[in-house]
Amino acid sequence: MTEQQQTLWSFMYEQSDKLLRQTFQHLGLTFTSLLLAVAIGLPLGILIARKSNLAGSILGIAGVLQTVPSIALLGFMIPLLGIGAKPAIVALLIYALLPIIRNTYTGIVGIDRSIIEAANAMGMSKMQILFRVELPLAMPVLLAGVRTATVINVGVATLASYIAAGGLGEFIFGGISLNNTNMILAGAIPAALLAVLLDFLLSRLQKLNGKKLKKVLLTFPVIIVVLAGFYLWPNTYTTKLRAGFTPEFMGRQDGDLGLKSIYGLKIGTTVISDAVMYKAAFEGDLDVISGYSTDGRLKAFDLRILKDDKGIFPPYYAAPIVRESSLKKFPDLEQVLNLLAGKITDSVMTDLNYRTDYLKQSPERVAKDFLLKAGLYQPPRNGQSGVIRIGSKIFGEQYILAEMYSILIKGNTDYEVATKTGLGGTKICFDALMNDQIDFYPEYTGTGLLVLLQPSPELVKEITKDSHRTYNYVKSAFQKDYKIKWLMPIGFNNSYALMMRKKQSQSLHITSITDLTKYLAQK
Amino acid sequence: MIKVSGLTKTFGNIKAVDDISFDVLEGENLVLLGTSGCGKTTTLKMINRLIDPDAGTISINEVDTSREKPELLRRKIGYVMQNIGLFPHYTVAENIAVVPRLLQWDKKHTINRTLELLKKLHLPENYLQLFPRELSGGQQQRVGLARALISDPDILLMDEPFGALDNVTRSSIQAEFKALEEFTKKTILMVTHDVQEAFELADRICLMDQGKIIQIGTPKELLFTPKNDFVIRFLDGQRLALQFKLVTIEDLWEFLPEDPRHTNKTISADKASMWSVMEAFSADRSIEHQFFVNTRTKTIKGLNFTQLTNAFNSYQNKEIHD
Ligand SMILES: Nc1ncnc2c1ncn2[C@@H]1O[C@H](COP(=O)(O)OP(=O)(O)OP(=O)(O)O)[C@@H](O)[C@H]1O
Ligand SMILES: [Mg+2]
Repeated sequence: MTEQQQTLWSFMYEQSDKLLRQTFQHLGLTFTSLLLAVAIGLPLGILIARKSNLAGSILGIAGVLQTVPSIALLGFMIPLLGIGAKPAIVALLIYALLPIIRNTYTGIVGIDRSIIEAANAMGMSKMQILFRVELPLAMPVLLAGVRTATVINVGVATLASYIAAGGLGEFIFGGISLNNTNMILAGAIPAALLAVLLDFLLSRLQKLNGKKLKKVLLTFPVIIVVLAGFYLWPNTYTTKLRAGFTPEFMGRQDGDLGLKSIYGLKIGTTVISDAVMYKAAFEGDLDVISGYSTDGRLKAFDLRILKDDKGIFPPYYAAPIVRESSLKKFPDLEQVLNLLAGKITDSVMTDLNYRTDYLKQSPERVAKDFLLKAGLYQPPRNGQSGVIRIGSKIFGEQYILAEMYSILIKGNTDYEVATKTGLGGTKICFDALMNDQIDFYPEYTGTGLLVLLQPSPELVKEITKDSHRTYNYVKSAFQKDYKIKWLMPIGFNNSYALMMRKKQSQSLHITSITDLTKYLAQK
Repeated sequence: MIKVSGLTKTFGNIKAVDDISFDVLEGENLVLLGTSGCGKTTTLKMINRLIDPDAGTISINEVDTSREKPELLRRKIGYVMQNIGLFPHYTVAENIAVVPRLLQWDKKHTINRTLELLKKLHLPENYLQLFPRELSGGQQQRVGLARALISDPDILLMDEPFGALDNVTRSSIQAEFKALEEFTKKTILMVTHDVQEAFELADRICLMDQGKIIQIGTPKELLFTPKNDFVIRFLDGQRLALQFKLVTIEDLWEFLPEDPRHTNKTISADKASMWSVMEAFSADRSIEHQFFVNTRTKTIKGLNFTQLTNAFNSYQNKEIHD
């Protein structure tokens, strides 16, 4: 335990500049959106307190907006506002809106009518009543709304890193995909502390009354503007080209770290979710991205892979990994899964991915079409001798593979199938496998080696030069350490790759990572 | 001073105020009296335009109030709310200073005037920094009065200003208020459903029922020449006490026998009510005669209990037949 703590501390210490930047970005995101939410929500709340016939519909709309899942909301923002701070702030603003509108409204409506009447009887104008009577009396309720909104925003802002808006989510999601607990905690603990601290400060504010509150409230906008200003914290140095890397890629030796140390690549980088990265590259928000070599969007968005001329990206051959206990329990399983071995090449996989990711065909259909064409399709036998649980990570290729396996098992054995797709990243999938919640899922040799086994860097360098050695190493290590069997590879190599828009790479004459490094080094 | 004519207000299908007209004369204290829900508050609120009438006009000093900006009109009229309505987030001092702040008085002026009013209304100065919730109901009511009086408006509208108080406190605040110069100088329209209070404070009473005026007149007119059964029934059970309190020895003067005796223990005949004289007789059985001086005619008369009741009888007959 102490060892764990020490490494967490040393991780945080080591990464303190990143941590600080992320924390300030996080605060900046939270407060910029909060400021805007107050600027919009407060007048709306006042409006519906005046015109109660509008209250239902406006609160209704704000309520519905709030129930949109945060990831989906961020997703909706991208076509409208691109990536980065803008869409993140708008999404956070939308979440903060309901508590602010609702509490302004209930705060004002809840004031004793006779007090408002007295204000009228004294001869106050509408504005004077609003500022001298209604708002001060509604303030405690209003502040409770701001408090709720702040805490919500601190939480949701962690998701901003999906769309290159920074924040503590960079560590959290990077850590999840890298299976690095320290990294997760380095993001999660400060985020939780921020929420608790802000909640506490605002609760103190709520308890103040009269003059003191007025003073604090006058300084409040200043504080918010300053905090919002942190968002302008120098995020990255700017270079001629802009890169967007996934959080996972950022923390890996065979990713950003390797690019820096082996190629000496210096490029302004933002952290971004894989879900929006390709589109951002296509639309010119980003120039260089860290994609996967079989990704369908490569084709859809007209990107080209830069040659890894120094060989830093290890091979990622896909193969099903199965619990040995499951292989015993379902004797026919191994043979069926191996039906797919060697059947799918890189270009075939890219095309299959293109169909799901870009043409929006369902993974079921794409899987069935492929199996029909390859002559592997058998109609389901509807057998009932046990259920096989297939897992998959949360991206298209894995869905397609899971579907193919499902069809093959149903058609060639008497087993039933339960698919547990969308198990997040590697860590979640692998934990599910270890905990006997699934029987197998498709994994990649490189991931098995670098994310799960994590041998010494020297060994990695040595092994990854050869894809067969990599496969053999993970196979025997998994068997020994985890009692999990790597079946035969499916054929394609879905490795990391840097990519650029085809047009841009042509016009700049960049075909390899070395070219890119040289180009950026020119003054 | 205030002229109300044809005033009507309907809420849904309730005629809260139904075509009423009356005047309030300068310096007069007119009391709107009636049972709960008869439209007193509605009438009062229409005068400072807290409620807009459906029909009818109100003019103050011959100026139609509907032509004035409501806020400006209200700043000129003191208003005491039925449920006090102090601002809970303001201290007593700030509550009292609401109108001066709207009128942009300088701070010093406001403070001096506040202190002056505190003294008059028997509120300790150290209450100024308290919040309304820290005061008793009676103290809050005094603050409400101070708030209405601070800018020294010519007109005062008061909606049950002494309501929700126990009887003892109420009579003491009433008495204090009656003694204020503000009370005598200002034109006051006051609402109450308390008959005793109306008779105690009114120059004239306007008795209302279901949005209509039943009778408007001096307390004596209501007592001795009630317009209809409603007025009689309204005063039932309190008539005698009211009459005793209202009628003074000066009123009875012509029915009292001449008395040659002289004494220097005399009471002013216009200050002594039937009630107080009878109380004196019943408090001390040894007194047989009490002596009074009529300050107008400068004559002195003495009377015993029988002479007093006889004179009252004759007075009553005369009032009723007039
Ligand atoms: N804003 C309103 N909406 C609907 N009806 C109202 C409103 N204000 C008053 N009324 C109705 O108008 C009638 C007169 O009300 P008002 O407040 O003038 O009575 P009041 O004589 O002051 O009674 P109380 O002695 O109980 O204060 C009542 O029947 C009341 O229900
Ligand atoms: Mg009333």
